[in-house]
Amino acid sequence: MDALTIISLIVSSALFAATPLIFTALGGVFSEKSGVVNIGLEGLMIIGAFTAIVFNLTFQSTFGEATPWIALLVAMLAGGLLSLLHGVASIAFRADQVVSGVAINFLALGLSLFLVKLLYDKGQTDMIDIGFIKKDIPFLSDIPVIGDIFFSDIARPTIWAFVIAVISWFVLYKTPFGLRLRSVGEHPMAADTMGVNVAKTRYIAVFISGLLGGLGGAVYAQSISLDFSHATITGQGFMALAAMIFGKWHPLGAMGAAIFFGFAQSLSIVGSSIPVIQDVPDVYLLIAPYVLTILALAGFIGRADAPKASGTPYIKGSR
Amino acid sequence: MFKNWTVLAVPVISVLLGLLAGALIMLVSGNNPTAGYMALWNGAFGDSFYTGETLRQMTPYVFAGLAVAFAFRTGLFNIGVEGQLLVGWLASVWVGLAFELPKIIHLPLAILAGAAAGAAWGFIPGFLKARLRVHEVIVTIMMNYTALHITNHFIRDVISDGADATDPVRETASLQSAFLQSITDFSSLHNGIYLAVIAAIIMWFMLEKTTLGYELRAVGYNQHASEYAGMNVNRNIVLSMVISGAFAGIGGAMQGLGTFGNMFINSGFSGIGFDGIAVALLGGNTAIGVVLAALLFGALKVGSLNMPIESGVPNELVEIVIALIIFFVASSYMITWLLGRLKKKEAK
Repeated sequence: MDALTIISLIVSSALFAATPLIFTALGGVFSEKSGVVNIGLEGLMIIGAFTAIVFNLTFQSTFGEATPWIALLVAMLAGGLLSLLHGVASIAFRADQVVSGVAINFLALGLSLFLVKLLYDKGQTDMIDIGFIKKDIPFLSDIPVIGDIFFSDIARPTIWAFVIAVISWFVLYKTPFGLRLRSVGEHPMAADTMGVNVAKTRYIAVFISGLLGGLGGAVYAQSISLDFSHATITGQGFMALAAMIFGKWHPLGAMGAAIFFGFAQSLSIVGSSIPVIQDVPDVYLLIAPYVLTILALAGFIGRADAPKASGTPYIKGSR
Repeated sequence: MFKNWTVLAVPVISVLLGLLAGALIMLVSGNNPTAGYMALWNGAFGDSFYTGETLRQMTPYVFAGLAVAFAFRTGLFNIGVEGQLLVGWLASVWVGLAFELPKIIHLPLAILAGAAAGAAWGFIPGFLKARLRVHEVIVTIMMNYTALHITNHFIRDVISDGADATDPVRETASLQSAFLQSITDFSSLHNGIYLAVIAAIIMWFMLEKTTLGYELRAVGYNQHASEYAGMNVNRNIVLSMVISGAFAGIGGAMQGLGTFGNMFINSGFSGIGFDGIAVALLGGNTAIGVVLAALLFGALKVGSLNMPIESGVPNELVEIVIALIIFFVASSYMITWLLGRLKKKEAK
């Protein structure tokens, strides 16, 4: 294999693995920026993956080639609805947000497997026929070298991941809504005094995190696993959480971190065919995202600070 | 013992609400809730075999629950029990395989190895929290996945040569008990159940009757006040995570030396660590509460396996019920608020 083929193989599989992480990590950014910790990202991905696969299997004859895309929208809605449960618990009932997130993870897994057994009478679904596949991007892939590396073999959701990351940055940092959202996460009392509706803003943020988490799971299911079982989503949600922290709670940072983690993941898979890397034991590549996140938190790779009010329910009138 | 009856009301109401929701789901999905729950009961306590299985399942839950509860009492959230359990499991099996010693030394040594590994795994987040104020929740989550991949690597490439599981531990390091098996119709119940009860007593004693426990709880209530009173807050934080990790590590040893007798490659988590969070919460972070909650969760988990056989209800229903129980306990504000409303109405 020549260098160019190797590089383009790595880039394309890294982006492929990173795409679901980008969506989900962005979801985490919205929720945490508003002050609601979302450990439930894993569960949101599970419910998204489940919904997308079931929708895809059921309606593929109706919608044909458009099925996976419509499935994404339905999965987003499912994720959004589940996240509202987390929202109600952590905003209205003042539950411990980490505990509520853990409950969301349990609930998503239990509910989706329960429904799989009811619908299909077995532990996992069939494989879907129409998923997202890697295709060259027209025109751009014709550019020499760069086209081969960055614009060949790219699944369409990857492009959307970049677009949504930029939109998220714009919304959070350049619009009044984003300013309110961030202020609610940093100092809810000050925001409340200025007339921002803290609860409403947090509900919206949590709902957006549900939409994006569901989207991430749906993209994963329809491009990587292609079916749904108990082992479809095992830790991708937590890896997205890690990407969000490693990216310092910034949409573009989270995207960068997700790409990096995707890169580490894809190396552990395609690495066996690449010289030098094939000598590195898998275990280092597998634990890299998590160890790096711990190091980042410990301040060895720049300081990563959470939004100040993250994790604390806002109770009107209390100091 | 309980200052306020709502301390008991919240967990009991949560469990009832969870079971009620489970019944509703069974009704909606076209199953018979009574038949479903009867199957659950029979599968958990129907005969001595099932009771033995329930108690066996309860054993690691007690340890996981104690680990979470212990950290909670010091104001720390140890979500890393899953990882600490895995490294404890690995260490105990390793010692159980590597040495040839009389049982009286070998078994305690293997269990202690599990405790030490878990403690070391708990030390890292504790240290980072104490020294650098890094939030322990995220660190412990990351440590979970690190533990998963590292233990798999050790099983495949260090202890064995590419195998999916280790050899069974030596007889001298085994917790298996011919007596317990014979009275429970050859279930996998092992001596770990005694250790679980002892561990609960130790935790109760340590927290409620010693200076150390007093300091740990004080740090949990108010760090600044404890500091002002001359306690070493940082040391207590690290110590709490280390002890919590040790409990979790012994929980892993129960799996390695008792239930399975070896360790195998895990593609994902056993879920015992996460269930431990539910156990601790439901048990109100007290030793006796943890034991009772662990019994409930053990019964739910083991009994659920009988549900598809006897009533056609998928066993995942129990996962949903457990999730809802956690959800209701976490939202205890809602329950106490509702109870408060009811009380007010009665007063009028």
